[in-house]
Amino acid sequence: MPTLHAFANPTRFLSIARPLTPVLLALGAALLLFGSWAGLTQTPPDYLQGETVRILYIHVPTAWLGMGGWTGIAVSSIVYLVWRHPLAAIAARAVALPGAVFAGLCLATGSIWGRPTWGTWWQWDGRLTSMLLLFFVYLAYLALSRADAERDGDGRIPALFGIAGTALLPIIRYSVIWWRTLHQGPSITLTKSSVDNSILWPLGFTLAGFSLLFVAIVLMRMRADLARIKVEARMRRMAAA
Amino acid sequence: MNPWPFVIGAYALTLGGTAAMAAAAWIAMRRAEGQAERQRKK
Repeated sequence: MPTLHAFANPTRFLSIARPLTPVLLALGAALLLFGSWAGLTQTPPDYLQGETVRILYIHVPTAWLGMGGWTGIAVSSIVYLVWRHPLAAIAARAVALPGAVFAGLCLATGSIWGRPTWGTWWQWDGRLTSMLLLFFVYLAYLALSRADAERDGDGRIPALFGIAGTALLPIIRYSVIWWRTLHQGPSITLTKSSVDNSILWPLGFTLAGFSLLFVAIVLMRMRADLARIKVEARMRRMAAA
Repeated sequence: MNPWPFVIGAYALTLGGTAAMAAAAWIAMRRAEGQAERQRKK
């Protein structure tokens, strides 16, 4: 826990985030470009889905990061509520937009994948509907945290909303088991995969690339927020003097 | 049905969206940190 408190210091955070941001951006972009190139040109087509299986390399990382982003909001919200670290509230706000964008990209790529595979752009099945709900919950969180900041709120309401929203994550995870419809069951988990390695291997590169870019975007948004807070605090001090 | 327009469309949307979001975050960060630095020097 002392480590957490040390990193919650904005000066310490900035001393780490400043050199880390360009490294994460460059490494993330390189891994993502290599993984995308490999996924588009170096793997065989699937015996059932044909070439459309290549959407896997971008769809799966966006789904994982869409859900991982909300986990980040929930963890930051707990840290904020328990230890009152302002940096935790800034982190939760910074994660919300990239999380929402990745949830939206997951829905869009899934829909594009569904048209040639299932013959439809959309189906109201458990996985698609619960992911759409997560996207809407992200939008609600963005609106709530912005309204809270504009009214000089203490950040407790968005934090509680961030924790409550985690109820959706197990529903998304197990939706393909509870309600089996068009979306396939869990074929890739952290420990095993039913996808052959000759098709699967570029996914590691795109997953790492997207993840590093996600962290870089969160760090940049946190740095921007910290700079704005600093400017506002100085302006208030100058106005009061 | 030719699958490639779907594959290319999905990649263009995802890679373009991620790049646009990273660029917007970079510009907003540089602008905010620049403003803080200019204010500090005053």
